[in-house]
Amino acid sequence: MTSQPAAVRVAGGQGFWGDWLEAPYRQVTGGPVDYLMMDYLAEVTMSILQKQKSRDASRGYATDFVTQMERILPTVVQRGIKVTANAGGVNPRACALAVAEVARRLGLEGKLTIGVVSGDDLLGRLDGLLARGHAFKNLDTGRPLQDVRDKVLSANAYLGAAPVVAALQQGAQIVITGRVTDTGLTLAPLMHAFGWAADAWDRIAAGTVAGHIIECGAQASGGNCLSDWKTIPDLASVGYPIVEARADGTFDLVKHPHTGGRIDVAGVTEQLVYEMGDPREYITPDGVADFTTIELAQVGKDRVRVSGVRGKPATDKLKVSIAYFYGYKAIGTLVYAWPDALDKAKAADRILRQRLRDLRLEFEAIHTEFVGANATHGPLALKDLDAAGIPEVQLRIGVRSPDKERVDRFTREIAPLILNGPPSVTGFAGGRPKPEEIVAYWPALIDKPMVKPMVEVIEV
Amino acid sequence: MKKRLVDIAHARSGDKGDTANIGLIANHPKYYPLLVKQVTAARVARHFRGMIKGPVERFELPNLRALNFLLHGALDGGGTISLKTDAQGKVFSTALLRMEIEMRGGR
Repeated sequence: MTSQPAAVRVAGGQGFWGDWLEAPYRQVTGGPVDYLMMDYLAEVTMSILQKQKSRDASRGYATDFVTQMERILPTVVQRGIKVTANAGGVNPRACALAVAEVARRLGLEGKLTIGVVSGDDLLGRLDGLLARGHAFKNLDTGRPLQDVRDKVLSANAYLGAAPVVAALQQGAQIVITGRVTDTGLTLAPLMHAFGWAADAWDRIAAGTVAGHIIECGAQASGGNCLSDWKTIPDLASVGYPIVEARADGTFDLVKHPHTGGRIDVAGVTEQLVYEMGDPREYITPDGVADFTTIELAQVGKDRVRVSGVRGKPATDKLKVSIAYFYGYKAIGTLVYAWPDALDKAKAADRILRQRLRDLRLEFEAIHTEFVGANATHGPLALKDLDAAGIPEVQLRIGVRSPDKERVDRFTREIAPLILNGPPSVTGFAGGRPKPEEIVAYWPALIDKPMVKPMVEVIEV
Repeated sequence: MKKRLVDIAHARSGDKGDTANIGLIANHPKYYPLLVKQVTAARVARHFRGMIKGPVERFELPNLRALNFLLHGALDGGGTISLKTDAQGKVFSTALLRMEIEMRGGR
């Protein structure tokens, strides 16, 4: 490192594939940022992408990312903003080539270097690894992967920040990755900019906490925030969060001026505890962060300072996300109106279940909810309910089975209830529900040395 | 005097497989000891009886005046398998806020 910047600004631009299309553009144009971080990959996304790639070898990545880049590349290149994104899915190289193509079309030839991080995809190596004794035991159930081996659709190790740092060091301005952790996409820019060592555990932990806070986009800046939610200003124009980090590992959470939303201690705390396990051990490939050491302070309007973060050495394992075909499900709904809306919906549920029994249709699970009464709070809500006064209730009933035929037969039992069940029923405009394939998630571990991250650089 | 948690705390929840997590955060530092004393793992397990199949774990984050609960077996298999509206446990947090605690002598 020749010189260290006083502060580095990493902007969160996308909290999941499907997040606000306006956010990345607003982040690169609304004020100064050094990096734009975009997270695209949920657990089951990889299996969908793997399926696309099996049909067409040039696919298998988050296509929305390419559209987004087309919109922001001129600004990004002009301002020298770097981008880290795990939009590459199961085909990061194809994603990079698509972005390169767009860049050339925009007249940016010779002005852009794209880094590609791969090596996370274990699908083709799975049998070899199993044969060598890597059991990929399910972290929740302890079962070996052999149980479902013939149904596996995708298998990806979670890579950490290191290969992203390597790509940045090789001059990449856009780094497109496969399954890199959400937090690694924020940590890597900080390691690169400040020259943090991979074993500077407190710094690594701080960068990981920063990544955790902004990886869900506006959920850290007023979106989905319960604390005093009615007073959060102008969510229509919400500003996505930005980490303003310093070399010592402390950082501020901020957002661009003249944007909506709110950055305060209560909201940042909500995001810190989101999807939290044991707070003393937030494990990533890069290190282990202790969330009980985090100190928060409101140091200005829409500015929260994060300090004190302590970390511990990384483990010798990587997490592996495996997706496999599980079976089928279908969910049907009908709406019942006052008077006695809840009683009517309950009667319809009893009648439907009786008919399924009469047809000798058994399922792995049948699940009924009365939306408007108990769907989210279950029996806790029913205790406090004025049942007679409810204006309407949606009956929502779902089944799950390995057998597609049974699930399909179930879907034909919903509509008849309109004419041959309890009265005052409506809301079937959507038609008969379709049996859906269930792709389930199998979390496992693998020894770190078995996974070799790869970095490639493409000049546009 | 009793109050509902919704009046003295806020919360956010999420999922990990078939486990829902609830982060419960005191609105003011003076309420945190009340949460620690009264909102125990055992009490939360009773609160959610009939809604969760597994045990409840609790972790303390005094630095954030927050408690983190893990509700195992809460999501009908979780993620894509689940038939629930709240398959990812997003609003379990608000169900916890229905709980009542004693404001006097409860510290």
